[in-house]
Amino acid sequence: MKKLIVTAVIACSTLFLFGCANSQDAKNGEVVVYNWGEYIDPDVLTQFEEETGIKVIYDEFETNEIMYPKIEAGASDYDVVCPSDYMIQKMIDNDLLEEINFDAIPNAVNNIGEQYYEQSKSFDPENKYSVPYCWGTVGILYNKTMVNSEIDSWADLWDPQYSDSILMQDSVRDSFMVALKLNGYSMNTTDPAQLEVAKKSLIEQKPIIQAYVIDQVRDKMIGNEAALGVIYSGEAIFTQRENPDLEYVIPKEGTNVWIDSWVIPKGSKNKENAEKFIDFMCREDIALKNFEYITYSTPNEAAQALIEDQEIKNSPIAFPVLSDYENLETFEYLGTDSDELYNQLWKEVKSE
Amino acid sequence: MNKKWLSFPYILWAAGFIIIPLAMVFYYGFTDRDGIFTMENILAILSPEHRKALFLALVLSFFSTLICILLAYPLSMILAKMGNARNSFLVLIFILPMWMNFLLRTLAWQTLLEKNGVINSILHFLHLPGIAIINTPAAIILGMVYNFLPFMVLPIYNALLKIDPNVINAARDLGANGLQTFIKVTLPLSMPGVISGITMVFVPALTTFVISTLLGGSKILLIGNVIEQEFTQSGNWNLGSGLSVVLMIFIVISIIFSTLSDKDGEGTAI
Repeated sequence: MKKLIVTAVIACSTLFLFGCANSQDAKNGEVVVYNWGEYIDPDVLTQFEEETGIKVIYDEFETNEIMYPKIEAGASDYDVVCPSDYMIQKMIDNDLLEEINFDAIPNAVNNIGEQYYEQSKSFDPENKYSVPYCWGTVGILYNKTMVNSEIDSWADLWDPQYSDSILMQDSVRDSFMVALKLNGYSMNTTDPAQLEVAKKSLIEQKPIIQAYVIDQVRDKMIGNEAALGVIYSGEAIFTQRENPDLEYVIPKEGTNVWIDSWVIPKGSKNKENAEKFIDFMCREDIALKNFEYITYSTPNEAAQALIEDQEIKNSPIAFPVLSDYENLETFEYLGTDSDELYNQLWKEVKSE
Repeated sequence: MNKKWLSFPYILWAAGFIIIPLAMVFYYGFTDRDGIFTMENILAILSPEHRKALFLALVLSFFSTLICILLAYPLSMILAKMGNARNSFLVLIFILPMWMNFLLRTLAWQTLLEKNGVINSILHFLHLPGIAIINTPAAIILGMVYNFLPFMVLPIYNALLKIDPNVINAARDLGANGLQTFIKVTLPLSMPGVISGITMVFVPALTTFVISTLLGGSKILLIGNVIEQEFTQSGNWNLGSGLSVVLMIFIVISIIFSTLSDKDGEGTAI
């Protein structure tokens, strides 16, 4: 009997504690932001708090795949999230996003280039749910002093003379993108035969790979550890600043043009604050600050016009003219079955 | 009797953070995405890539456990034979690295072993041939041994300390030479320490995914990596849980093995 009472008391007090925590969360004047790691200038958050009086609770994720289950479970009350293209499509498909009131975010309407909204239609067909934040391409970063041929193709990553000097991305879709493009297929294919070919290419490539890495491509290329690496264009500018021998190229077979956009999850408790936050991020001076800090291309044309360094302003890495390249695509969400097929094939590559 | 309530915080803790999560792992492991009972996630271990990953993990953790024993045993004997003041200092030196974060220590090895890393730079400076073990199974074994060696040293050291010197003296008195004394007296008496050391090294080595990612360049897939990726990349919690259940079987086997060999309950974990 005593046991029962103690248990009951403890259970009640825990409930009471949780209850308190919940009621505090619902207080107005907050916005809970969930963004990629190292994807914002921290000063911008302070500035937002000072100018609007809205408290920012900031949280970070590493991959879209880690972010998604948290939003799906609704465990945390995020108001603004910054997923990538295909993941936004998946969230729209599963009814996890709130429509954004574009009347409340004039900066997003005026400053973000029309072409980026156009590009966004591949995952957000009516431009109702997302506001582009950063974009870029995926390409090959190479060390000019360590290669002796012209690097312009994904096939260079299969060149045995660079054995043990090649870095690939340690993520399913990015690695398969490279192999699919190499073989002339769409990177959004769900055709098992094409994927099988891509898998064979990746297995064939594995012995000459130094490592599969994600963020470490940056450090390893700066430290002259490898000759070639697959990298996101935003990182390329940063690495070039640190090591002038590095050069970035968009391979001739085409590549991935990606967009990370702000979205508001369904059930957001501070939707108006969320829109204020998105609008603030689209203000030209703020977008410029973020661009200078994270070096990922901004779709904010007003901010681009403000860049003082002419070399960066006209840089083909930061702001490539997309019409100059062929076979550019944006990732699409492929559905659970195809996701599983990709993961299965990737495991077969990795265990080889 | 009336002090029993003191254990309630622990019972609450155990229920909340051990029993419930374990039950959830079993629930996910035996159901599919729609929550229907299935054995598929368990049997998935039989597919070639999972089998290979499990086998590789078993082989690598076996070798690192073996190397740990070979390194730790002589060391523990030296420590046990030393005077008190000196040996507590040496034991401290051994535990010192454990004060640093595990991830940091493993990352440090990456920087040490890299092509243009610290070790190779020194070798190069001395005009010696460089070493190229980064991103190979050898580097993973090195990482495992480095990280888990203290878990082998401490139990063996404790077991050796407990041996009554009179027993050794008696053996020598009765005519056994050094080697015979070691094989017939010291070694059997220190077995409980060795056994608990084996469990404490083998289990974390078998399940690790950090060491193989950092020192194997993600090119070598261990069963721990497969499980980690099912959760973080593929979002297939059911398969991830199913494979963890299979892995638990191997861990339970190693624990049963150690309990059976240590009937007197003299196992001396830290």
